[in-house]
Amino acid sequence: MLEVTLFYLASAVALVATILAMTRANAIHALIYLIVSLLAVAVIFFIIGAPFAAALEIVIYAGAIMVLFVFVIMMLNLGEEGDARERQWLQPRIWSGPAALSLVLLGELLYLMSTITGPASIGVVSAKTVGMALFGPYVLAVELASMLLLAGLVGSYHLGRRALEREG
Amino acid sequence: MQELAVPLNHVLLVSSLLFCIGMLGLMMRRNIIFILMSLEVMLNASALAFIAAGAHWGQPDGQIMFMLILSVAAAEVAVGLGLVLQVQRRFKTLDMDNANRMRG
Repeated sequence: MLEVTLFYLASAVALVATILAMTRANAIHALIYLIVSLLAVAVIFFIIGAPFAAALEIVIYAGAIMVLFVFVIMMLNLGEEGDARERQWLQPRIWSGPAALSLVLLGELLYLMSTITGPASIGVVSAKTVGMALFGPYVLAVELASMLLLAGLVGSYHLGRRALEREG
Repeated sequence: MQELAVPLNHVLLVSSLLFCIGMLGLMMRRNIIFILMSLEVMLNASALAFIAAGAHWGQPDGQIMFMLILSVAAAEVAVGLGLVLQVQRRFKTLDMDNANRMRG
């Protein structure tokens, strides 16, 4: 029963934090709300029986990826006028169209989801099981992920290096 | 652990709500940093759906798809933030409407 309460609490935190993150004018404030949302999603992972995924969510999403955002926002040095411009862009006439389209898609999704039954979890899937599957039948996926990460590394180095060279 | 009372469709409901919030942010924002954050929210929502489906059957496949989504997100954010630096240097703004041509 405790798990169920915790699940709904974490879901509420995740949804509220994400909505706040999407509507902030200041990028750092939005980022901190986004970190709260990711931590809440990690709690959901833990409750539905995926402790290894919860740990990865905290270490990689809330840790590494969000730190990248923080570094880039600090390098850009946006300041107060950036906040004022963001507020000017967040007018209802700008977001009403996208909101209507998102609501239509959300309605469709909720209608389809309502037909699904069954429990969310039938037990904990341990890190050992995940590792056995990862380096057994899914070893090709590991290789593909490593190639993808290498491409990301080379691409970001190329883009970032040119940006720094021309400035200095 | 005994069977939990959290229904699968409630987890998927949270996941679709998160996805739609992320998509709304993607469409209504013009700042490229917020666009990248919305993409992260959408990827995370789909990862939640994968984990829920894997947990429903008690199989590790959902968590493996989560790890692949994680590496896609990491690579995408690294390249995307490199592009943010380029856009800021070239146009002196983060407004994506200034960067809508193939040649700056």
